Amino acid sequence: MKAAVWMGKKKMEVQTVADPSILNPRDCIVKVTATAICGSDVHLYNGLVPTLEKGDILGHEFMGEVVEVGSAVKTTRVGDRVVVPFTIACGACSHCVRTEWSCCDNTNPNAHVAEALIGYSPAGLFGFSHMSGGYAGGQAEYVRVPFADVGPIKIESDIPDEKVLFLSDVFPTGYMAAENCNIVPGRSVVAVWGCGPVGQFAIRSAFLLGAAKVIAIDSIPERRALAEKAGATAIPSGDDVMETLKAMTGGRGPDAAIDAVGMEAHGSTYDDVKQALKLETDRPFALRQAMRCVRKAGTLSVPGVYAGFLDNVPFGTVMNKGVTIRTGQTHVQRYLHPLLELVEKKKIDPACIITHRVPLSQAPEAYAMFADKTDGCIKVVLDPSR
Amino acid sequence: MRAVTIRRPAAELYAFWRDVENLQRVIKDPVSIIALSADESHWKVTAPTGSVEWDSLIINDEPGALIAWRSREGADVRNAGSVRFVAAPGDEGTEVTVALEYDPLGGALGKLVAKLTGDDPGLQVYIALKRLKALLESGEIPTTEGQPVGEPQASAKGKK
Repeated sequence: MKAAVWMGKKKMEVQTVADPSILNPRDCIVKVTATAICGSDVHLYNGLVPTLEKGDILGHEFMGEVVEVGSAVKTTRVGDRVVVPFTIACGACSHCVRTEWSCCDNTNPNAHVAEALIGYSPAGLFGFSHMSGGYAGGQAEYVRVPFADVGPIKIESDIPDEKVLFLSDVFPTGYMAAENCNIVPGRSVVAVWGCGPVGQFAIRSAFLLGAAKVIAIDSIPERRALAEKAGATAIPSGDDVMETLKAMTGGRGPDAAIDAVGMEAHGSTYDDVKQALKLETDRPFALRQAMRCVRKAGTLSVPGVYAGFLDNVPFGTVMNKGVTIRTGQTHVQRYLHPLLELVEKKKIDPACIITHRVPLSQAPEAYAMFADKTDGCIKVVLDPSR
Repeated sequence: MRAVTIRRPAAELYAFWRDVENLQRVIKDPVSIIALSADESHWKVTAPTGSVEWDSLIINDEPGALIAWRSREGADVRNAGSVRFVAAPGDEGTEVTVALEYDPLGGALGKLVAKLTGDDPGLQVYIALKRLKALLESGEIPTTEGQPVGEPQASAKGKK
C-alpha cells in the first residue's frame, strides 16, 4: 500500500509498504477514506519530537471502512464506517474507566521509554514517535487499529467524511481546551492564542459553551479572518497583546487563556536560536504571553503540544495570580458521541477549516505547504485513493 | 523492587502467577518454564548466544497475598525473589510488587546473563509486570511487531 513516511527533518516521502495485518485479537484493519495533516504532524515533520525514526508512517487523523476484525472484536464489524481517535485506549485500566483515555496504561508497548523521559507513560498514539508507542499512522491506504471496540466511532448516517473526520483529533482537542476553561455562560471572556485548526475549534467550542466574548490572536490574516467568521474578535500577535487584551476587557484581562500554539511559536528570536541549537526543546512564546495575560484567578488551558523543557517560563506570575493550568493530550473517546451529535444537529460544520484537498501521493508537498503556511493553508485533507 | 497496580482482584492475580507456566506469556525474552511439581519449575532463558537454566522452588506461599521462590543448587544463575499482592486504595485494584535478586556467575555465563538482562535487570522485571497488567486488564499485550514500516527501517528489520 501507499503511505506517507517521515524521512528526516522536513522530508516526507510516499512509499510503497506492506499492508497492515491483525496483530492482536482486539485489532481491526481500516481502509482509510480520508486523513488529514495535523499541526502536531508539523512538530514531527520538523524533527522536534524525540524518538521518531526515519521510515515511520505518520498520520493520526483518519477515518474509513473496517475491512477486517480480530478474533476478540465484539461490536465493530466489517463494513462499518468509522472515525478513529488518535489516542489508543484499552477501555479497561483505571484511567480509561475514569474517561482519562489519553492516559491509558496499557496501549504503549514502549511505556518504559516514555517513563524514563517523563516519569509515566501516556496512551499510545498513532503515527507519533516511538516513545508514544511507535504505532504506524493513518496517512496510508490501510491502518491497523488496536482496541476496535473501544476507540472507533461508527458513523451511521451518510454525512460526508469531511464533516466527521476531525472527530479524530482537532475538534475534540479544541472542545476539551474550551471545556477546560471553566466557562461561565454569558460572562466569561476567552482569549485564544493560535488560530490554526485547534484554535478554530476552541473558538467555536467556547461559544457553544456560552462564552460572552472570544478574542483570537494570530499573526496570519486568513486565520484571523476565519476566527472572525466564528464570531471572535481577532487581533494580530505581538508584544502589545497584553495592552490590547486589557483594553478589550475593561482592564480585567481574559478569564481564560487557551494556548493553541504549542512548541513552535513565532515571535521570540531567543527561542528560535535556542531551539535550533537544541538548547531548548520548545519555543513557548505563546505560553509565556498567555500566562501573563490571563486575569487573576483565571484559567490557562493548554491544548498546544509541548515536548520537553521550556526556558524562562514566568511561573511566578502563575503562582501569584492564582492561575489554574489545565492541559493534556485529548481524551478523544470522551467527546466522540456528544460532538458527533453537534455536527449532526448542524450546530457546527467542522469542514469549515479545510483549505486544501490533496491526493496522498502529494503528501510531501502538502506537508511543506502546511508547515510554511503558504497558499492560505489552514487544513489539508489527504485522499488515500489518489 | 518494581511495582504496578492492576485493576483485578488479588486472588485472580495470585492464581495467574501461581500457575508459573503462565509467566511465559508476560516475560518478553524467550523463556521456557516447565512446572515439575506444585512447588518446583524448570526455567530456561534463551538468547542467540546461548542459554541459562535453573530449577526454581517456591519457598513461601500465602494464597492471594505472596509467592516467594529461590533457585535450587546447581543453577546457572542463583536467584531468589518474591511477589506480593496488596489491595490498593479504593477501586484502584491490586498493587503487585516484585523483588528479585540474582547472583550471576562470572565468565561467559556472566556475560550472557548481562546480555539477557541488559544494564538493568529490574527493567526486565518491570516490562514483564507492565505486560501482565495489560494482559489481565485488557486481554492482550500491546505490540507493533509486524506492522508496516517504510524504508530504511523495513530493510533493516527485514520485514517490509
